[in-house]
Amino acid sequence: MDSSNSGATPEIIGKALYRTMVRIRAFENAAEAASQGGVSAYGQQAAGSAKVRGPLHLSTGQEAVPAGVCAHLRVSDYLTSTHRGHGHTLAKGADLVRMMCELFGKATGFNGGKGGSMHIADFSVGMLGANGVVAAGLPIAVGAAHAQKVLKKNGDITVCFFGDGAINRGPFLEALNWARVYDLPVLFVCEDNRWSATTASGPMTAGEGASARAASMDIAATQVDGNDVFSVHETAGRLVREVRDGGGPRLLHALTYRVKGHVSVDLAAYRDPAELAAALETDPIARARGHLLSHGVSAATLDAIENAARDEVDTALAIADAAPWPDASAAFSDVQTIGAGQWH
Amino acid sequence: MALNKDLSYSEAAVLAVQREMEADARVVVLGEDVGRGGIFGQYKGLQQAFGAERVIDTPISEAAIMGAGVGMALAGLRPVVEMRVVDFALCGMDELVNQAAKNRFMFGGQGRVPLVARLPGGIWDASAAQHSQSLEAWFAHLPGVVVVSPSTPQDNYSLLRAALQCGDPVVYIEHKTLWGLRGDVDEDMAVPLGKARRVREGNAITIVSWSKQVQACAAACDALAAEGIEADLIDLRTLWPWDRETVLASCARTQRLLVVHEAVQVAGFGAEIAASAAEATGCRVARLGAPRIPVGYAPVLEAQSRVGAEAVVAAAKKLMG
Ligand SMILES: Cc1ncc(C[n+]2csc(CCOP(=O)(O)OP(=O)(O)O)c2C)c(N)n1
Repeated sequence: MDSSNSGATPEIIGKALYRTMVRIRAFENAAEAASQGGVSAYGQQAAGSAKVRGPLHLSTGQEAVPAGVCAHLRVSDYLTSTHRGHGHTLAKGADLVRMMCELFGKATGFNGGKGGSMHIADFSVGMLGANGVVAAGLPIAVGAAHAQKVLKKNGDITVCFFGDGAINRGPFLEALNWARVYDLPVLFVCEDNRWSATTASGPMTAGEGASARAASMDIAATQVDGNDVFSVHETAGRLVREVRDGGGPRLLHALTYRVKGHVSVDLAAYRDPAELAAALETDPIARARGHLLSHGVSAATLDAIENAARDEVDTALAIADAAPWPDASAAFSDVQTIGAGQWH
Repeated sequence: MALNKDLSYSEAAVLAVQREMEADARVVVLGEDVGRGGIFGQYKGLQQAFGAERVIDTPISEAAIMGAGVGMALAGLRPVVEMRVVDFALCGMDELVNQAAKNRFMFGGQGRVPLVARLPGGIWDASAAQHSQSLEAWFAHLPGVVVVSPSTPQDNYSLLRAALQCGDPVVYIEHKTLWGLRGDVDEDMAVPLGKARRVREGNAITIVSWSKQVQACAAACDALAAEGIEADLIDLRTLWPWDRETVLASCARTQRLLVVHEAVQVAGFGAEIAASAAEATGCRVARLGAPRIPVGYAPVLEAQSRVGAEAVVAAAKKLMG
């Protein structure tokens, strides 16, 4: 998905970014529908009929950040993600069908049904996994970047997504310090969606947040309107280039918004409806559409991109539905080689 | 055959890491103070030999050390992760328990985490409650990791090499007060993970132990032999997977099993072995470990957590009676 060096025209890049965003949106809308009644969180009972079960964290409204950042990445670059990782995974180039299969828990999913949404991953495109533990991806990312340095994979980088809530955990501090100390090729991307589960992040965070903390460790940080995919794309392009060229770690602080609740059954009744209404005005997909239309891309072209995404997701749903469950014996595989599973 | 006369437990460990680093350029070491040889000398000379890029001094950041080890392993290195003492590994527990141990399974086999986490354990004289713990049972409880606890220089050499060649995360627990223990080390001797060592043969009772406690058990066996009780002493060496075959065969023969460990007795790993042996052979079982108290500082307090040879003798005789 590296569009930075391809000599692509703004129109081609714009359509590619748009396509990434609408694919993420279509995928998550479908996953959300398939999860109805399926989450045993917040006192709700899990219904056996739900096809996507367990906590489903949607990134609706945040699509511009992974789209704009990952457009600059190569397969050989690494990516670590959060519990809200569908967008990152799709944007890094993972196969949408196999992702849906994983959300359905099927044997044909990327993790053979062992991980589900919270652990969505595609190592074959360098996507080293979503993570169920807040801030856990940060030390793993600096380790991957450290390996790139030791193994002299010059020019390859690691990108690490995390939320604004994650900056209050120790691993954030430890990882940023580590990245600077060893001057590693890592780009930290804070998706600042203003919320940490059901608590607003601001009142829980001392000081100015991610950018300020990075600056205190001599890591150049740039804030960007995370709902403007073109700004994200441009800024990330510069930062990725700097990191690739051996400039050391950088941080991108993307201001965005979590449109849905924390998990798919969370109606987010705790937040001011006016806040959501205001945020919806800046929906990144609608904005990108407006921008592209005003720059001469036809509505028909954009509609076609949207329809193709919906068709692709419909196909994925059908395939995931028909796919086989993992064999029960798979519960005992990939545990460890020596002393795996149970005794005998 | 390369026989190294009279190496210490820590020199044996250095040699093991050195041989693996020579054999495999992917092996790297990371941890606090490893550049100067590590606080127990267990990395002595390695940074001079292999450079600061492969023997990496780190900030005091246990979560990042362990987490970076996971990332390094996923990206193609084979890191040795030094935690200084097992007590500080608790600051990197998410990285070990939720990340390293589960990665391979959770991602459906897409990733492997071949790291060796060295967590020196056990009572460290006069070091009180936060530098003297024996937490091996915690790790044995954790699917996804191998747990090793060597008691001799030879085993520390051979098992550390085996751990580094293993494709999965290994929790490697050296004893904080065994570093100076000396012995000959045959460089060509391979010790597979999961195989126990029979320290002494006898038919009266089976005694199973590991790490430093093997010494107390050996002394107890001498005392028991003087009274005509010949014990079968087994050093487990690897706690997960533990050598069921050797232990159960011995128990079936002696019909008596005593498990001895330095860790707190309740909910300890001794319970696992005792229960398994009783289920499989119907033998009589007993466990001997520390009382469920934090390790104290004053000698008289610390002594309360120690399981000495006399206690082993007494427990063995009770089981005989
Ligand atoms: C260590 C840890 N503590 C708590 C949680 C529960 N939890 C899951 S997501 C979340 C909020 C995270 O907020 P943020 O990092 O801003 O990411 P967002 O959900 O907003 O994308 C919490 C508290 C967790 N998964 N891990």
